[in-house]
Amino acid sequence: MGKNEYAIECRGITKRFGSKVLANDEVDLQLKYGEILALLGENGSGKTTLMNMLSGIYRPDAGEILVNGTEVFINSPVDSMRLGIGMIHQHFKLVDVFSAMDNIAIGTKGKREAPAKMREKINFISERFGLQIDPDKKIYDMSVSEKQTVEIMKVLYRGSDILILDEPTAVLTPQETERLFAILRKMRAEGKAIIIITHKLNEVMSISDRVAVLRKGKSVATVETAMTDELKLTELMVGHSVDLSIRRPETEKKEGVLRVEGLSVMGSDGTRALDDVSFTLRGGEILGVAGVAGSGQKELCETITGLLPYESGSIKLEEMELKGKSPFEILNLGVSISFVPEDRLGMGLVGSMGITDNMLLRTYYKTPGYFIDRKPAKAMADKLIDKLQILTPGTETPVRLLSGGNVQKVLLGREIEAAPKVLITAYAVRGLDINSSYAIYDLLNEQKEKGVAVLNVGEDLDVLLGLCDRIMVLCHGKVTGIVDAKTTTKEQLGLMMTGAMRDHRTETEAAHV
Amino acid sequence: MSFMIRFIVAAVVAGTPLLFGTLGEIMNERVGHLNLGVEGMMSLGAVAGFMVGYRTDNFALALIAAFAAGALGALIYAIVTVTFMANHTVAGLTLTIFGIGLTNVIGFHYLGMSESGTLKLPEHITQQMRAVHITGLSDVPVIGPLLFQYNPFVYVGIVIAVLLALFYNFTKAGLNVRAIGENPQAADAAGVHVLAWKYVNIVIGGGICGIGGAFTIMITNGGVWISDCVGGLGWIAVALVIFATWKPVNAIWGSFVFGAMRILKYYVNKEIIHIPDAFYDMLPFLVTAVILVLVSARQVRDKAQPAACGTNYFREDR
Repeated sequence: MGKNEYAIECRGITKRFGSKVLANDEVDLQLKYGEILALLGENGSGKTTLMNMLSGIYRPDAGEILVNGTEVFINSPVDSMRLGIGMIHQHFKLVDVFSAMDNIAIGTKGKREAPAKMREKINFISERFGLQIDPDKKIYDMSVSEKQTVEIMKVLYRGSDILILDEPTAVLTPQETERLFAILRKMRAEGKAIIIITHKLNEVMSISDRVAVLRKGKSVATVETAMTDELKLTELMVGHSVDLSIRRPETEKKEGVLRVEGLSVMGSDGTRALDDVSFTLRGGEILGVAGVAGSGQKELCETITGLLPYESGSIKLEEMELKGKSPFEILNLGVSISFVPEDRLGMGLVGSMGITDNMLLRTYYKTPGYFIDRKPAKAMADKLIDKLQILTPGTETPVRLLSGGNVQKVLLGREIEAAPKVLITAYAVRGLDINSSYAIYDLLNEQKEKGVAVLNVGEDLDVLLGLCDRIMVLCHGKVTGIVDAKTTTKEQLGLMMTGAMRDHRTETEAAHV
Repeated sequence: MSFMIRFIVAAVVAGTPLLFGTLGEIMNERVGHLNLGVEGMMSLGAVAGFMVGYRTDNFALALIAAFAAGALGALIYAIVTVTFMANHTVAGLTLTIFGIGLTNVIGFHYLGMSESGTLKLPEHITQQMRAVHITGLSDVPVIGPLLFQYNPFVYVGIVIAVLLALFYNFTKAGLNVRAIGENPQAADAAGVHVLAWKYVNIVIGGGICGIGGAFTIMITNGGVWISDCVGGLGWIAVALVIFATWKPVNAIWGSFVFGAMRILKYYVNKEIIHIPDAFYDMLPFLVTAVILVLVSARQVRDKAQPAACGTNYFREDR
C-alpha cells in the first residue's frame, strides 16, 4: 500500500436514525498512516456513529469511504476486518468465560491454529508492541486494563493496520493510560494509522498528531495538535467560548454528619468487597471517592443507604446507628442516593415512566388515602424542568427517551428535592458531555453550600481533584488514603488506586485528615 | 446381579428420549435461544415419525420424517425469534402448545380411520427397532447386556452427544457458536455470522428433539399410537440442560439418571416399600425443581447458562 495515500478518507458521510435524528451530517475525515488522529466531540456529536460505519456496524445513508485510495462499501464487520480496520470498542466485545486466546481466535479465518502456534504469535506481537498478556487467563479474572490489552491483541493478531479506539482511557488509571499510550506510540512508529476517541483534552494534547472535531454531527475542523490548546479545542467542540475551571466554593464544615467505622462487607463472589473502611463525612464538603472500577465503590454506596447488609463496623448518621434500618427508614432520616449504575436507569429511575411518575416513587406514601394525588408530583416535575433546564417534550414523556444529561438532572433533582443531609452520587457525570457535566457540578456545589454532606464517587481524577474537598481512595475494598484535593496530584492518586502507596497510608492520613 | 443389570438397561432406555430432547435444547441455548418448545418439537417428531412409518413401512423414512418435523417446528421458532426478535419464552410456549395440539389432531384423525380403533406400526418396522445383537460382544456376560444390547436410538443419541462435545470444544466453528451464546456482539464484531449460525443450531437442535419424540411412540409405547405420548419429557429435558451444565457429555449420564427415576416404580418391591405410584411419577419433576433451586444458588461462571441466553440480537441496537 502506498504510504502517501490516506489510510481512510471519509467524504460527506451522512447517517440518520429514524426520521428525526441526524447523527452524521456530511462528515469529512482523513487519516494517514503513521499518525494518531484524535476524534473529539460532545456526546451526541456523532463520533461513535462515524466509527461504527467504519467498522461495519452501521451503513452510511450517503457519502463515500475510501480505504487506501479506493472507494469501499463496508457492509459488515467482516468487510471492515478484510480492509485491515480494527476497532477497539468502548464496551469490550469479549466473551467473559473464554480465555484470552479463545477470544482472539473467535471469527478468525482458516483452520483453527494449534494453541502452541497461537501462543507463539501472541508472544511475538506482545514483544513488538510492548503488550502484557496472559493467553490462558479467563476474561472474568482480568482487570479492565488487561481486557483492553486483549482487545488490542485481537486487532493486531488479525494484522490490522488501521486501529480505532473508542474512549479507551475512560476506565483506566493514569498509569494504565500511560502504558496504553506507550503502546500506541510504538504502533505509530511501525506505521499504523490510529484514531482515538476521547473526552479528555489533556490526553488529546499528549497523544495525538492531529485533532478532528465534530459538533452536532458535522465536522467542524481538523487541526494540528501542536498548533492548538485545550481551550481552543473546547471552543471548537461546544461552539462558543467556555470556562473550563470547576468551582470549589469555601464553606463552613460541620463535623461528623456521617461516621463510618471499620466497615466490612462481603461481595457477591465471596471476597471482601469492603475491608475495614473508616471515614467521616462532614457537612458542607464534597468527599470524593476514587478507585479503579470495582474497588468497592458500589458496595460503599449501597451499604450506607441500607441496600446491602454488612458484616461488621458501624455507620452513624449524627450519632444515630443505621444498622438494622431499612432503606426506607434511612432515606427518611435524610440520606439520599443518586446512584448512576452502568445504564443510569437501572436503580434510580423507571425508564418507561414519565418525570411525574418518577417523582411519585419518592413521595407517593406521603399523601393520605388510597388514591394517588399526582398534583404535587406534577408541580415538582414542572419545577425541576424549569429550574434545571431539563430538555423534554413533557412531564409524561418516558425518561428513557431523554438524553443522558437530562436523565441525570431528573434523578439528581428529585434527590435534592428530598432535602437530604447526606447526598451520595456515583458516577454523576459518566457519559455526559461538557455542558451537562458542569451543570451537575454546579448542582453538587449548591448542595455543599447548603451544608449537605456530599459523597461523590467519580472516575475522572481531574474532576475529582477540581471539585472535591477531600478524596478517599479505595483499592480492593481497602482505603489506601484520604487526601486533601488541593495538595494532591493525579499521579499520587493513581498510585494509591493500584495499592502501590499502601505503605504510605498512615502518613497521608495523618497529614491530611 | 441380573436384577441390577435389568434396572440399568431399563434406565438407559427410559432416559434416551430425554437425551435427545436435552441435546436439542443444548444446541438452542448455546446460541442464546431459550427454546421452551422442546415438548412441542418432540410431539411433532413423534407424530411425523409414527405416521410415516405407518404408511411407508420404512424405518429410515420414519426417522427422517421425525427429524424433519422437529426441525420444521424449530424453524418456525427461529424465524419468529431470530429474524423477528420475538420474546423467547412466549414463542417457545406457543410452539409447545401448537406441537401438542397438532399432534393430537392428526392422531385423532388417523384413529378415526382405522377399523380396529387402534394404530400399530407394522411388524417390519418394530423388528428394526429391536435391540441390536452383535455377535461376540452382545453375549459377553454383564458387559454384553449393559453395553451392546440396546435399540439403535440409544447409540445414535450417544454418538450425537459425543460429536456435539467435540464440535463445541475442539473446532473453530464450535468456538464461534459458543461465543454467540455468550456475547453475540463480540462474535459479530469478530466476524462470525451470528444469525446464520443461530438458524443452523436451532433447526438441527429441533430435529434432534424430533427424533426423541419418535422414540417415545416407537419404543416406549411399543409402536402403538396414544395421544400425549411425549407426556412432559420435553419439560424435563429443559431442566436437564441445566443439570448437564450445557455440556453434551453430561447430558448422557444426566438423562440416564432421570431415566432411572422414571422406571423406579417397576423395580421397587411393593411388599417392602409401599409408596403410591404417583410418588414415583412425580419424582423426576420433583428432582427437576430441586435442581433448578440448587443451580440458581450455585455461582460458577464456567458452568452457568450462556450469558446471552434469552435475549435477541440486533446489530444496530443503540
